[in-house]
Amino acid sequence: MKSIKILERLLAAIPIMIGVAILVFLFVRLTPGDPVDLMMGSAGSVSQQEIQALQEEFDLDKPLHVQLYIFLKDVVRGDLGDSFTQREPVTDIIGRALPATIELAFGAAFFAVLFAIPIGVYSAVKQNSITDRLSMAFSFLGISMPAFWFGIILIIVFGVKLGWLPISGRLDYGFNFPSVTGLYLIDTVLARDWPALKNAVLHLILPSIALGMQLLAVLARVTRSSMLEVLRQDYVTLARAKGLREFIVIVKHALRNALIPTITVLGIQIGVLLGGNMIIETVFAWPGLGRLAVDSIFSRDFPLIQGVVMIYAFTYVIANLVVDVLYTYINPKITL
Amino acid sequence: MPVTKTPDGLSEEITPGHPLIHLLQIKTRIFLADFRGFIRKLKHHPSALIGALLIILFLVVAFFAPAVAPHDPFVGELSERLIAPSWLEGGVSQYILGTDQQGRDLLSRIIYGARISLWVGFISVTISVLIGTLLGAAAGYFRGKLDLFLSRTADLLLAFPFLIFAVAVMSFLGPGLINLILALTFKGWVEFFRLVRGEMLSEKTKEYVEAAKANGQSNLRIILSEVLPNIIHTIIVLGTLRMGFFIIMEASLSFLGLGIQPPDPAWGSMVNEGRQFMLNAWWLSTFPGAAILVLVLSINLFGEGLRDILDPRLKIE
Repeated sequence: MKSIKILERLLAAIPIMIGVAILVFLFVRLTPGDPVDLMMGSAGSVSQQEIQALQEEFDLDKPLHVQLYIFLKDVVRGDLGDSFTQREPVTDIIGRALPATIELAFGAAFFAVLFAIPIGVYSAVKQNSITDRLSMAFSFLGISMPAFWFGIILIIVFGVKLGWLPISGRLDYGFNFPSVTGLYLIDTVLARDWPALKNAVLHLILPSIALGMQLLAVLARVTRSSMLEVLRQDYVTLARAKGLREFIVIVKHALRNALIPTITVLGIQIGVLLGGNMIIETVFAWPGLGRLAVDSIFSRDFPLIQGVVMIYAFTYVIANLVVDVLYTYINPKITL
Repeated sequence: MPVTKTPDGLSEEITPGHPLIHLLQIKTRIFLADFRGFIRKLKHHPSALIGALLIILFLVVAFFAPAVAPHDPFVGELSERLIAPSWLEGGVSQYILGTDQQGRDLLSRIIYGARISLWVGFISVTISVLIGTLLGAAAGYFRGKLDLFLSRTADLLLAFPFLIFAVAVMSFLGPGLINLILALTFKGWVEFFRLVRGEMLSEKTKEYVEAAKANGQSNLRIILSEVLPNIIHTIIVLGTLRMGFFIIMEASLSFLGLGIQPPDPAWGSMVNEGRQFMLNAWWLSTFPGAAILVLVLSINLFGEGLRDILDPRLKIE
């Protein structure tokens, strides 16, 4: 029964993804300005034949619905067209940028979870204490803080004033190791290049904190409130009555159940990480998908914008789907 | 209360003593009593009170910006560029927060920037609330194909992370204030739609709606004067909390260079401009960003307080 429900959810995601593709296509096509003009841009005078050749190359001479059909067919085949500016397949460009973004997203999630859960649990256990109030005020600050500004403050304090950490890029020049996954933390370990690993980790710290801060704040609040609820349950009282140590009661009995909402929120907040990385990657000159998106917008490279936006949306839909499915396994009370 | 049968709820002539006038009087009285009660509760909610006072401060400063700002935010002396804040070495008392790369007074620019943030936040939330509430109420009340269509559209829009969607829209519309508001509302209505639709679905089955139907009230009147007053609290709470979010989104878009363009003093673009001078003039990015933080923080404090006061069901401990 459960697998049928999961299959249903998977199937329901397909029309959404098709809708996303159509919407993105329409956006680009309805934009004022002829794509060929944009493509030629600063090329100066262009002959009629050249324009025609370009129109044919990008199927711009065909009616809109035929263009849509060709576009969707290509998307299904995994072909997102060629970039106007870089003249190479969009999928290749995205493929190169993706590992950097994934690494940063994991860094941010790791940072957030690492601090959020202890803060949330401690605040709940010591409800209304000074520490509780301070950490909740701190998390409120985290939620209200613009990520780009926090990133810049981190750069000013830890990069410029203290000089402790690197402030841009993924790696200093001069390191050379084979790229297997594109994820530097894994590639450097595979190559046993420890100085490069250290360098990559140092580069990852500030952007991860900047990107993960808001997530930390949200997760700490959620963990705290679900922990408060769980601590009032009978089975926790029973565990205490049995004479178990308070630490065991909190970690083994209460926390396990309190984490369910935390995990859900973590999944939902993947969107925040995705949206936020555009900002953080710009601030820290991180060569990922977010910076690619911003660059492609300024160069008005429509196939690339189209591709990047679609990848974002697809990832978001899939992430939500995975969370939904995982959720049913963690919490059998929920039906999809 | 006397009941009049009106097939469409609008065709009657309304004269003094008419039941509708009577109803209006009662509702005004209830509203005023509610409002006084609300203020009383607000006084006992310190964080919400602080938030409310700070918002009022921001509003006053923004409204009277020409009187409050010590200098012209658009004109600067190049000979006075990059002066440090007054309490630091090299600072002068004339420029409390220092000057920017064009010699313009940073404090005055921040004061004028409050106008943009508040304006964009308020207008885009208001439009989102109106569209979302209207469509959500219609979808939840009438169901059918309309509901199906609107719900699928909402699902589709939810497939995009907010900022990505706004950035994509801005890249196609081009920068500017109106386009910024459009980009935010394009997706912003969805949350209100889902909220109101859900509330409408559950309210619709309640007895008072059945009673209103049995009394022969028109659908429009049931939605507007029976159901909406019962769910308006939740809408206001969500609206307030979203306003902070929209202000951050505006600042983010302006930061990326896609929103408000220089020389207009939007906080986000000021942070971005200041970034180039991070090494020797840290205040250029720091203070406008701090202004965003304080404004959004006040709105969120007030919003959460509102939720505790208006909608205790949702109270977070």
